[in-house]
Amino acid sequence: MLDETLTVYDRKSWLSLLATARAGRAKALLDPLEIPVDFTWLRRPEIGSVMIRGRAGGTGAPFNLGEATVTRCSLKLAGDTVGHGYVQGRAKADAQTAALIDALMQTPAAETLTPRLPDVLRSEQKERRHKRASKAAATKVDFFTMAPGEG
Amino acid sequence: MQTPSLQGGFAEPAREAAMVFRDIMTAMARPGQIETVAPGLGIAPLSDAAAAVVLTLCDADTKLYLTPRHDTEALRRWIAFHTGVPLTGPQEADFALGAWDDLTPLNRFRPGTADYPDQSATLIVECEALDPQGAMLSGPGIQSTTELSLPEVKAFRRNAQQFPLGLDFIFTAGVQLAAPPRSTKVT
Repeated sequence: MLDETLTVYDRKSWLSLLATARAGRAKALLDPLEIPVDFTWLRRPEIGSVMIRGRAGGTGAPFNLGEATVTRCSLKLAGDTVGHGYVQGRAKADAQTAALIDALMQTPAAETLTPRLPDVLRSEQKERRHKRASKAAATKVDFFTMAPGEG
Repeated sequence: MQTPSLQGGFAEPAREAAMVFRDIMTAMARPGQIETVAPGLGIAPLSDAAAAVVLTLCDADTKLYLTPRHDTEALRRWIAFHTGVPLTGPQEADFALGAWDDLTPLNRFRPGTADYPDQSATLIVECEALDPQGAMLSGPGIQSTTELSLPEVKAFRRNAQQFPLGLDFIFTAGVQLAAPPRSTKVT
């Protein structure tokens, strides 16, 4: 059954899932797998800020929306695979888990990881979005009766 | 996926960068004095001392020029990962990195302007070895005279004549560095 649902992720998409996952969630999913990891730091977790840029309406000229706190780190597995972790907020543990998973997803361990980590994170993200969207949809007001020329 | 080595760099950036900065400052204030940095910072072809200088002084607001022999894919990635410094040609560079033969002629680099003599390039010169013998140095920061193994004398004499304009130099070899600034007279 697992094979049927096995999705192939590219690096960008799993990094995005890890960056948006809830605090501690990725670690909670990774720990029970008991994958032996042996890594060295390339860059220890550090906290900084990034400028978030936006476009009005998604198409306008880019402007600076504001700054966000970001924690990042980079590590190297025993087999020279490099993993980077970037998460929002002051979350050194989450950044470490994200970097670890990023590195592991580039190794053969990805096969075990995919159904248990990115898949789970993606469905949770979908659910979160759906919940939010339906909450917003409930407050939607339809003005069709106000349209001129009716009745 | 084969990624080039990103090994090296500072384990504790704030503390170690402050220590290397102090070393560079002392080396500039006392031209000819040879300072030693911690080992294990760089990757080939970069010496540990040159790596320490790049890690400490270069960031997104400076521009670095790599001479052709130092301009390798692995080194580009390493520098991008650890410092984020943009790479440019010699004319715009704030810092230039390479062996002496690759850096000459020196008139390619910015000596600063009369209004802003600080907007000049600093050359990080990779050497085989640094010895306290060779060219005679005198000037600010030197009691009477001191000696340092410089690759040549003429270029430094010409550089000192431009004062207050001119280039500053940081010579690196292994874990050692020495830094004669433009104010040093070489004979």
